[in-house]
Amino acid sequence: MAVHIPDGLIEGGTSAGAGVVAATGVGVCLRQAGRLLDERRVPLAGLTSAFIFAAQMVNFPVAGGTSGHLLGGVLAAVLVGPYVGAVCVAVVVVVQALLFADGGVSALGLNVANMALVTPFGGYLAFCGLRALLPPTRTSVAAASGVAAGFAVVLASLAFTVEYAVGGTGGASATTVGVAMIGVHVLIAVGEGVITALTVSAVLASRPDLVWGARHLGPDRSSPAAALGLGSAR
Amino acid sequence: MGAGHGRTDGLYVAGDGRLHRLPAEAKIVATVGYVVAVVATPRDAFWAFAAHGALLLALARAASLPVGALVRRLRIEVPFLAFAVFLPLVGTGPRIDVVGLPLSRAGLWGAWTILAKGTLGVGASILLAATTPVAGILGGLDRLRLPRAFTAIAGSMVRYLDVIVGEAERMHVARQSRGYDPRWLGQARGAAASAGTLFVRSYERGERVHLAMLARGYTGSLPRLCAVPATAGDWATAALLPVAAALVTLTANLR
Repeated sequence: MAVHIPDGLIEGGTSAGAGVVAATGVGVCLRQAGRLLDERRVPLAGLTSAFIFAAQMVNFPVAGGTSGHLLGGVLAAVLVGPYVGAVCVAVVVVVQALLFADGGVSALGLNVANMALVTPFGGYLAFCGLRALLPPTRTSVAAASGVAAGFAVVLASLAFTVEYAVGGTGGASATTVGVAMIGVHVLIAVGEGVITALTVSAVLASRPDLVWGARHLGPDRSSPAAALGLGSAR
Repeated sequence: MGAGHGRTDGLYVAGDGRLHRLPAEAKIVATVGYVVAVVATPRDAFWAFAAHGALLLALARAASLPVGALVRRLRIEVPFLAFAVFLPLVGTGPRIDVVGLPLSRAGLWGAWTILAKGTLGVGASILLAATTPVAGILGGLDRLRLPRAFTAIAGSMVRYLDVIVGEAERMHVARQSRGYDPRWLGQARGAAASAGTLFVRSYERGERVHLAMLARGYTGSLPRLCAVPATAGDWATAALLPVAAALVTLTANLR
């Protein structure tokens, strides 16, 4: 599953351009995340990043005993909001490159742009669109996040294809690479969508107040805390 | 991060050579410089790739790193080798016969480029991670003027990484010991429920950590990690690798 772009696949100029885009985008997200989370952002965003890293190690079955793993961009955006989510995924991608040699150092900008900007924001936009169309229930939130997560995986493979078309060194035409990459990622997208929807619905079942994408549902009247007139367990 | 074990130390291999003692910011910049030189190498200059590789090997030997263990770490690029295998089959332009298979010449060049440059890039990252402790890399990013919030978040992430990953692994063992062995995506609910629980536990841990930090006088910013910043001599030493790689690339381009 080709998610981390290595050094040498996309030529230097394109990588550098993506680096500028990624740095600017993450900078904007940091500022927005700071406004939303104030000083709590450091431990909360840090633990959310650690969660995404760990969630990428949770294997789920694909078919007949083969397994895949979660990417988590849209999951993060739905759970903690797109800005904080994007920052958390960016932290994960940078730590993976520098501490675990996963993903090329010169391709860091490309990887951050694809995984921490295109995926969470593209997915979150799709999520908001679907959420507006569906009735305001928890099932809708879970379903919308699943469809958006699948959509965002395909979107990320599309972003890769565009980057390859601009600066690819592969020797195959961008159309061929695009068809193959998007084809493979449609399969991955199904798994990502199902797992994201199930994970969001599991969080909604125990701590609905923690799901950023479900804030429009309002406080939950049926929870024991609400019945006792207590706020969320902050 | 004091505990020198587990995942939070990444690929770090303890040591006390010149390479280990160089300040992290100098090593990070040197790594980026080296990789840029590798990426700019013309693809048909085979000797230049050999020279780039020799530079890395020499440094690994000088730092007395277990080269075998580090080479095994190269496994991380296997997914991309799959991409490299795919290119000659679908590449454009004239084809040449390789053991009966008509392969695209351009695609073969593409595969070679990814194999050579990708491997050298991973090698350089492994060398950086193997000679620099996690706290050092984060401190180095801090001194390279990355936003404080970003390095602080990364710092608290790696501090709790072992805890959260350990929790995920315990959940995995718990599922397996209850006979959970899913074969199809339709049976993924168990794994997803664990992921949901893991998020709730991580977030609540974050809230507790924040309260604990407040109790210890946290006012919204962490103190800067006060390691000794790199001296001109350190920068000059660290520059040896990218300068040597740049000379190789320049020579290769002049031909």
